[in-house]
Amino acid sequence: MEGKLPTSPLKNTHRKISKTSLEKKEARDAWIMMSPAIIILLLIAVYPIIRTFWISLHEMVLTDPSSGYPFIGLENYVKIFNDQRAMDSIIFTLKFTVVTVFFELLLGFGAALLMNKAFIGRGFVRASILVPWAIPTTVSALMWKFIYNDQYGLFNDILTRFHVIDSYQAWLSSSSGSFMALVITDVWKTAPFIALLTLAGLQMIPKELYESAKIDGANKFQIFLNITLPLVKYTVIVALLFRTLDAFRVFELITVMTGGANRTESLSVYAYNNLMKFLDFGYGSAMSMLIFGVVFLISLIYMKALGSKLTDF
Amino acid sequence: MESKGVFIFKNTLFYALVLLFLVALLMPFVWQFLTSIKPLTEIAAIPAKWFPSEINVDFYKNVFTKHPFARYLLNSFIVSLATTILSILVGASAAYALARLRFKGKTIMLMAILSISMFPTISTISPLYLILKNLNLLNTYAGLIIPYITFALPLSIWLLTNFFSQLPKGFEDAATIDGCSRAGIFFRIMLPLIKPATFSVALLVFINSWNEYIYALTFMTKDEMRTVPVGIALFPSNYELPWGDMAAASVVVTVPLILLVLIFQKNIISGLTSGGVKE
Repeated sequence: MEGKLPTSPLKNTHRKISKTSLEKKEARDAWIMMSPAIIILLLIAVYPIIRTFWISLHEMVLTDPSSGYPFIGLENYVKIFNDQRAMDSIIFTLKFTVVTVFFELLLGFGAALLMNKAFIGRGFVRASILVPWAIPTTVSALMWKFIYNDQYGLFNDILTRFHVIDSYQAWLSSSSGSFMALVITDVWKTAPFIALLTLAGLQMIPKELYESAKIDGANKFQIFLNITLPLVKYTVIVALLFRTLDAFRVFELITVMTGGANRTESLSVYAYNNLMKFLDFGYGSAMSMLIFGVVFLISLIYMKALGSKLTDF
Repeated sequence: MESKGVFIFKNTLFYALVLLFLVALLMPFVWQFLTSIKPLTEIAAIPAKWFPSEINVDFYKNVFTKHPFARYLLNSFIVSLATTILSILVGASAAYALARLRFKGKTIMLMAILSISMFPTISTISPLYLILKNLNLLNTYAGLIIPYITFALPLSIWLLTNFFSQLPKGFEDAATIDGCSRAGIFFRIMLPLIKPATFSVALLVFINSWNEYIYALTFMTKDEMRTVPVGIALFPSNYELPWGDMAAASVVVTVPLILLVLIFQKNIISGLTSGGVKE
């Protein structure tokens, strides 16, 4: 538009006006069409978050209404850092997030590379991958809890049959055993999801790139490093984002499998206990705002890494 | 060129890896299924008895007689279906605006919606609990559908925006020249074009709602209003762990989900990957 010389000043003004009025109409239509969604999200997502923050600044134990729920500023937040149980849950959550995401990425990526080859039964494998993903976490947690059972669980049975261990172990009654059991269950459930996303990314890489690299004499390792890896980087970052956020919020897996016993209480579980068991809404809200803050920070970091790729419609 | 021997070895190794992967994926279900049809004495056998000597269906009967499991299934179905329909109805019009119309603040809107989809459930649960309690909506279907919209709507908008943006450019212009209004373009041209994608989104939203746990646990405190994931998780009492019942219940919910996944795997995969993978 700018490159063109106006033929007559009058015509140019006319065009300018009609264009802006059209644009204005389009923008107005857009806001009208988005308004139901915006209103709903403001009411049931944004307002509750603000309200949680506001509650977190008060001493609000529902079992003690006589206190009048006074405003206490950041005291609830300070309390978190003086509460050993809270600190333990933070450490557990961080450990769980790092370990599970690491193994999920490793196994998911490996499985995706495997499935990217053409082989008999690939469609079946690809469909089976969806199965752990589709099952409610509580159900898969129950299934695995039975597998880890100290007497008639499959885990003990297989490990003794293959002489990995001499006698049956009570996996879920020690801290390290519980941690391992939780990690294995989470990896089983979600590594397939990473595999699926990565596979989709791999399949979008043009075949010609590989062919020309082969002609140029690149070996398999070089091809992987210089073509495959940079081109699926974006997909892997997205998968990593989803997984990190989910792992950090881990809740039902823990409530069902260990109930938070043996030092496996995650921050979400402890926050939930404060809110709904002890009815300490002030302290529980401070803790859930901490979770919100960390999740928000993680997503900001990832969005920064992804840049404009996220919203280039 | 590699020799024939090496080729066969590599091939065998490859299929062995694939097989190992499949076994690891499916083993828990197979084990759970075998448990659900074993006689009670064989569940507790040491060493474990992998295959039952006779088929026992008592646990399946228990699921429906000792627990209101049929009711749980119905609750989950109603709530998930309503959430899906609502979030797609509201989401589609927002997604169309985001994908096809020009206006200022689009990037901010998209980022805001993405951030809302990442809100941890735990961070909104106490105000929602208070609101629903004041509106007398605890233990009602609406009391679960409303909170579910918080994750279903951002997901629908995000995925549908992706699908809308893939439609060829120029549809709107041609329709405008033909004298079609914005509403006409949306309802008569764009929505029908995106129908198959809408189905993918619906499946994802439905499965997510079906599997949700924290809201359902908190807002549905009456036994007959519980959903499937919460119902199953509360099978164990303080005194006993009814492994057989839990195994049978798991099979009952898992089988429909597996069938859903197998039948609609293409739609599900396209929905999942369009959220995460773009060209």
